[in-house]
Amino acid sequence: MNFAVILFPGSNCEVDCVHVIKEVLQEPVTTVWHKDTDLSQFDAVILPGGFSYGDYLRCGAIARFSPIMDAVIAHAKAGKPVLGICNGFQILTECGLLPGVLLRNQSLQFICEDRFIRVENNQTMYTSLYTKNQVLRIPIAHAEGNYYADPETIAALEAENRVVFRYCDAQGNPTPESNPNGAINNIAGIINEEGNVLGMMPHPERLSEVILGGDDGLALFQSMLKTWRNQL
Amino acid sequence: MKTTKTPWQEMGLSDSEYEKVLSILKREPSLPELGMFAAMWSEHCSYKNSKPILRLFPTTGKRVLQGPGENAGVIDIGDGQAIAFKVESHNHPSAIEPFQGAATGVGGIIRDVFTMGARPIACLNSLRFGNLENARVRYLLNGVVDGIAAYGNCMGIPTVGGETWFNDSYSGNPLVNAMCVGLIENGKIHKGIAKGKGNPVMAVGARTGRDGIHGATFASEELSEESENKRPAVQVGDPFMEKLLLEACLELMETDAVVGIQDMGAAGITSSSCEMAARGNSGIDYDVALVPQREKGMTPYEILLSESQERMLVVVEKGRESEVTAIFDKWGLEAAVIGQVTDDGYVTVREHGKIVCHIPAKALTDEAPIYYKESKRPAYLDDTEKFDPLSLPEPQDYNEALKNMMTSPNICSKEWVYRHYDHMVRTSTVTRPGSDAAVLRIKGTQKGLAMSLDCNSRYVYLNPREGGKIAVAEAARNVVCSGAEPMAITNCLNFGNPEKPEVFYTFREAVEGMAESCRALETPVTGGNVSFYNENQHGAVYPTPTVGMMGLLTDINHATTLSFKNEGDSIYLVGINKDELGASEYLSHVHHLNTGKTPVLDLDLEKSVQAIVLKGIRNGLVNAAHDCAEGGLAVALTEMAITGNLGSKVNLEESLRSDVLLFGESQSRIIVTIPQEKQSLWEEWIKNSSTPIQYLGNVEGKTIEISQQNQSKINVSCEELYSLWKEALPCILSKH
Repeated sequence: MNFAVILFPGSNCEVDCVHVIKEVLQEPVTTVWHKDTDLSQFDAVILPGGFSYGDYLRCGAIARFSPIMDAVIAHAKAGKPVLGICNGFQILTECGLLPGVLLRNQSLQFICEDRFIRVENNQTMYTSLYTKNQVLRIPIAHAEGNYYADPETIAALEAENRVVFRYCDAQGNPTPESNPNGAINNIAGIINEEGNVLGMMPHPERLSEVILGGDDGLALFQSMLKTWRNQL
Repeated sequence: MKTTKTPWQEMGLSDSEYEKVLSILKREPSLPELGMFAAMWSEHCSYKNSKPILRLFPTTGKRVLQGPGENAGVIDIGDGQAIAFKVESHNHPSAIEPFQGAATGVGGIIRDVFTMGARPIACLNSLRFGNLENARVRYLLNGVVDGIAAYGNCMGIPTVGGETWFNDSYSGNPLVNAMCVGLIENGKIHKGIAKGKGNPVMAVGARTGRDGIHGATFASEELSEESENKRPAVQVGDPFMEKLLLEACLELMETDAVVGIQDMGAAGITSSSCEMAARGNSGIDYDVALVPQREKGMTPYEILLSESQERMLVVVEKGRESEVTAIFDKWGLEAAVIGQVTDDGYVTVREHGKIVCHIPAKALTDEAPIYYKESKRPAYLDDTEKFDPLSLPEPQDYNEALKNMMTSPNICSKEWVYRHYDHMVRTSTVTRPGSDAAVLRIKGTQKGLAMSLDCNSRYVYLNPREGGKIAVAEAARNVVCSGAEPMAITNCLNFGNPEKPEVFYTFREAVEGMAESCRALETPVTGGNVSFYNENQHGAVYPTPTVGMMGLLTDINHATTLSFKNEGDSIYLVGINKDELGASEYLSHVHHLNTGKTPVLDLDLEKSVQAIVLKGIRNGLVNAAHDCAEGGLAVALTEMAITGNLGSKVNLEESLRSDVLLFGESQSRIIVTIPQEKQSLWEEWIKNSSTPIQYLGNVEGKTIEISQQNQSKINVSCEELYSLWKEALPCILSKH
């Protein structure tokens, strides 16, 4: 499965995504510069975390105008996987591939720590190797992860089972205390209607190896690979 | 009453220094020339008051590839890889404008490291503040932490460790020491050197503006009420610009077109140009009008002394300018040829072709004045050394005493601080903040790096020499507890006004003590920074020689943390409990006394303690290790328990008074745990070892139980201690 990881000026988690794909998943991966315009050779696209354009103006607001974004949108419209992690999620909402917006954390502070999230929907190409309601420990590292959308959008996301991950406590309860940023309904990750574009604030690539303290994130990448292989 | 100052006095030069300028130039300097001398001869750039003392440090060793004098030190870690690392202070700016002061401190040290051709892989910081009851102190803490987070997080460099320490002496003088560690993959070190007549000199990165003018001079005087007016001398950081600069510079350095490269840090283009020329025995001739500028109408003086951030001076091979421009253009940055290398030994500065400065490069660097300052033992030491801790009453209730200790700002969890920092980006952080040292894996190898940054300045205050020795030894101990062999140190020497003989005495003594430990532990000094004048009308900071230690793990699987691992593991103390309660956190926190004798460090004992613990870790016998530091044995055991969510049952045999035994801070002590199946082998080792080691008890249950000679002294639940320890800092910060 051939992966592209998009590098915007100010991205900084692209090396981590490349590492997981190449060294842990052992699949081919290319870092693609944001001024490139062709993604036709790739099976999946990852928009990594970081501070594209320094988060100036608004997180992801400038990156959506990068030349590569037309190709990313075309890739998504073709039904192929597009995964946005952290700043990547913010870019996906800015370019309209996913609804809603990521506001400042309620604490107004950057937070970096492991958090628990519950797998709400394991029927996606990103979560098929998890069980429904499985509790994962995955780090967050953001200052703007407070997911917000209008009530109709939230209702639709919930009704269509498009909230893929929800912040929860260690036992799997989505309590207010387990919500690190004030996101509506403890939303940590959502998917588009077609089921091929996932945005999430937590960083699965950061806990995909036991030596780093856990590997709950790895099955997300393995799920992508499995789905792709099944389609061949 | 104000007396009129001469222009040179205004810039911080003494009359005799001005005389020296006249004799070098054999004429009166122009205003920009005077500015260049003032900046380069400031303590911050010239080390004029500290140089003779710094020569006492051992700076060579089998791993040292680059010692002091470059942008950062470099050590060899084998396999063609090397580590560049350095710590630097940004105290004065942070005292005035905490967010930008701390942010640009981080930015500056990161540039120092990638200038060497290294990919920055980790940052650490040592922060010191006054009493948190003071609103200004809380403002400074919040601002500094936010500034570090804003810069480091955006750069994508994990902030993995350091310390946050509180003491009244830092009330008006916070200390912000930032350290950066970088990995040189291909063994190719880049230096700040100008060579090759006719090679172009290029200014790259951000444009030059009017910020930070004379920051180096500002950093070389005491803080006063007027300091607030120097807010414009504090630079403003742009981490996004620096991220682009980092990527562009590393890409450029892969081309081999670079002859020399240096950050425009303190004293901006002035210091980078004359230092590069001096190192290369060459000259540099450039035109300030060609330097890309942020605003119109800047004078040569302003351009020369601007400390605008995120700029580099690069000398490249003639004819390869377009390669440089292409790379910088890709990253959306400017790269302008501003002049060329000459062979006349002069820094020649022009404005539109007309010469405005013409100074021998070495006059600004090597020939800066050197002072041998007067030194005098401070009188307070006579009183503090006489103090007998046993004259104080024993605590009525040791459970309460321990609980109280766990809430000390110097002992409690610093999670509130480090959760603001991205400490996991680059997916190499194996041991996260909160352990004795941070451990990073080196991808593609079996190796790992351990790093720590700290100093107990109370020890140094109460015995400068012993405190200096301890600062190095404790840093090495932290690295050993994490599974690594100590390799080398960088240091940041934060002191008061060196013109005061008492301050200079503590400086010299501390350095001599540090040097002694460095020699004994074979951890040479590869560089660092001196920060004097950390002093205001209320007095000087505690003498604070912060030590940044680098350690190597031959196998990343040796990475060891402090937490108890399994029920039933045996707990041992490596080292000796002595009758030493002076200078302790216990006296400070419980009795509000910063006095007594600093513990005495026995370097032979230290070495043997470190050796056996490291051997135990490498052979898989030791599964948790923790240095006994602030709070002594009782606090160390508690920290191991509550971070592992496992209790302990321990009996101590010594007949020392209980508060001395439980909270005394004797040096060279490491608590280790041994899994049951390895215990007989470990016992055999002990029998054959001359290192003093005693069995204390077992990891057991969910309470901390400590008895002395089989009499129960402490029995508190882990849960209660954990929540006190974890909530203490947020609690103090939120109650106001």
